[in-house]
Amino acid sequence: MSTKDNWKIWEIFIRSRNGLSHKHVGSLHAPDAEMAIKNARDVYTRRSEGISIWVIPSDAVTASSPDESEPLFTPADDKVYRHPTFYEIPDEIGHM
Amino acid sequence: MTKEMNLEDRFQDYVDGENKVEPKHWMPEKYRKTLIRQISQHAHSEVVGMLPEANWITRAPSLRRKIALLAKVQDEAGHGLYLYSAAETLGADRQDLVADLLSGKAKYSSIFNYPTPTWADMGAIGWLVDGAAIANQVMLCRTSYGPYARAMVRICKEESFHQRQGYEITMTLAKGTPAQKKLAQDALNRWWWPSIMMFGPSDDNSPNSAQSMKWKIKRKSNDELRQEFIDKTVPQAEYLGLTIPDPDLKWNEETGHYNYGEINWEEFYNVIKGNGKCNKQRLEARNKAHDEGAWVREAANAYAEKQADRKKNETHAA
Repeated sequence: MSTKDNWKIWEIFIRSRNGLSHKHVGSLHAPDAEMAIKNARDVYTRRSEGISIWVIPSDAVTASSPDESEPLFTPADDKVYRHPTFYEIPDEIGHM
Repeated sequence: MTKEMNLEDRFQDYVDGENKVEPKHWMPEKYRKTLIRQISQHAHSEVVGMLPEANWITRAPSLRRKIALLAKVQDEAGHGLYLYSAAETLGADRQDLVADLLSGKAKYSSIFNYPTPTWADMGAIGWLVDGAAIANQVMLCRTSYGPYARAMVRICKEESFHQRQGYEITMTLAKGTPAQKKLAQDALNRWWWPSIMMFGPSDDNSPNSAQSMKWKIKRKSNDELRQEFIDKTVPQAEYLGLTIPDPDLKWNEETGHYNYGEINWEEFYNVIKGNGKCNKQRLEARNKAHDEGAWVREAANAYAEKQADRKKNETHAA
């Protein structure tokens, strides 16, 4: 049996036909970026899911820590004035 | 000790609140281990599951059947990859997982240790084996571990074509000549019991189930899923004019479910132990494929290293 290879894990992002941003779809193993794109095409776009692929080495991702999620995200919870429905516009004005 | 207890209680509360557990979250070691075992077995099943059907790709009766079967087997390879990736988010090493499969240490679904002697088996596998797998996988779309649940959502979307193509094959045979109908019935006879065994032992003989249910890894018991599958499948067989090989199968007005006969668990455990018709053959085929692919992996590595060196030299030159 072969010894441990040096294939990295890559995170795969796909942009769908509808023009939205690239979206994370999963990960895979590949020896280099070029092969990662080729593999991603077979693993993640078998049913026309995308028109563009990004591959990024998993170890290049820095993620926020779940322990910090409260100080990071709760400050936004009580800021309703950031949403359009906070402001009262008379019905006569119609859609704004 | 108490701190550990507190963490476990907090984890249970979190899961009880229908929140998804993500890779970086704290989780009980046993939760992690259970998931690595379950997800990797699931991945191995997808990979070994390619073999009984690959057996018929070159002999499919028409081009339409051939491209469908090819696409289905390719999906199964993809499903194996999604699942290995999910196991990796728990800190498992893919090469270790694959090594365990190849050495025979790891388990995979026993259903794939049954042979596929006729074309009708392609119909029965898609209809029954994939049907049973879908029942289990639809439940797992709501499993508590995020990456596993997300892999399942993808897999379920793709899997429904598998079952439909299987049913179509069986239907074509069932509506064909008497000899063709006989083939379809023979395949149903051979696959029915192994398919309903796929859900695992009955609830009272399934020691790990309770903990998995508590952690919401599993959302329904083996018997619940089995009943669901039987209730759905019986009318499908009736429509085809085929007979399910269970004399005790009977609609129960009171429960609103089908009653079914005693399952031969001795056979189930015997196949798990390695004494099924194809256990040896399947492992040999996997090992052969792995060994014969070694040069591809080596070449890919050599190419990647060469490209990396070249890039380094270019930067130096600049």
